[in-house]
Amino acid sequence: MTDLSLWGLFLAVGLGTFALRLSFIELYGRLRIPVMLHRALAYVPASVLAALVLPAVIFPGGGEFALANPRIPAAAIAALVAWKSRNILFTLVAGMGTLWGLQALG
Amino acid sequence: MQYKSGREAFWDGVRTLMPATPGVIPFGLVTGITAVEQGMSPGTTLGMTLLFYAGSAQMAALQLLRNDAFALVILLTVLVINLRFVMYSASLAPHLHHLPRRWKWPLSYMLSDQAYVLSILKLSSGELKQFGHYFFAGTAVSMWLSWQLSVMAGVFLGAGIPGSWSLDFAIPLVFLALLVPAIRSSASLGAACVGGLVAVLAIDMPYNLGLVMASLCGILTGLGIEHYRGAAADKAKDATAGEETP
Repeated sequence: MTDLSLWGLFLAVGLGTFALRLSFIELYGRLRIPVMLHRALAYVPASVLAALVLPAVIFPGGGEFALANPRIPAAAIAALVAWKSRNILFTLVAGMGTLWGLQALG
Repeated sequence: MQYKSGREAFWDGVRTLMPATPGVIPFGLVTGITAVEQGMSPGTTLGMTLLFYAGSAQMAALQLLRNDAFALVILLTVLVINLRFVMYSASLAPHLHHLPRRWKWPLSYMLSDQAYVLSILKLSSGELKQFGHYFFAGTAVSMWLSWQLSVMAGVFLGAGIPGSWSLDFAIPLVFLALLVPAIRSSASLGAACVGGLVAVLAIDMPYNLGLVMASLCGILTGLGIEHYRGAAADKAKDATAGEETP
């Protein structure tokens, strides 16, 4: 992407996100969230985050699937730590540590 | 707590936000490090961070930029991730809508998960009286500063980190750390399983459109399970209706 289109994208994201944040604060009393959208929003984090995580772990660099990919066990251990600790820092340390350990062995 | 002035409420908001910073700083550092590591200049990263002011959306955009995704897909993904701000906006509106624009607009720009979560209970209880927006501003401004400063620190650290450290793996790890607590029911578990699986199967779709499709499939799965379980729960309720007190 060229620098110009990159900044165009960032600007569009900035304006769009600002509009989402301002929406009801500005239009109070004139806007209602549709019930369906309200219910659908509850599943956005689980769905989008899983769709971001899984391909990035299974196809690092967008390449082919490989069973010997050390990112798969590293992500499994990180998921366990995330579940037990609910802490971003611990999850990062566990995942990166396992990846580096496996890379050093292999 | 009774405040005598707006300043007092503002600083109490700042103090309320402080315990949340240990979760914010590593996330900000990793965002800055990965941006620089994938060849973004410090100026562009700063601009991106100021314009986005949304960590998971920025991380998603960085991962998609790395995969050369189509700009429209990046915009769409980011706006879907940020849709939750509409909910926060609706929930904060009764407390902020009466303010002049010089308050409303900057506070809306600085609306974040943390500032919302830490303010909404105090705002809705009415204990803050006329100083509610000062308290909210205290949490929002200090969150904004923690985020911008930790991303900038990451940008300067990132310049000295070699590529062999595979730091790009930090992006899915951060998402993983956010994903696990987001799974709170069988419906959200179903949403995550289907979202992840479809994204893997659709990896060859052009412009990363697979991500958008996977997210929609996941959300629909969540709604479907909720609907099905809701119907089952209603049936169970009907069966035991005689024993229950209203």
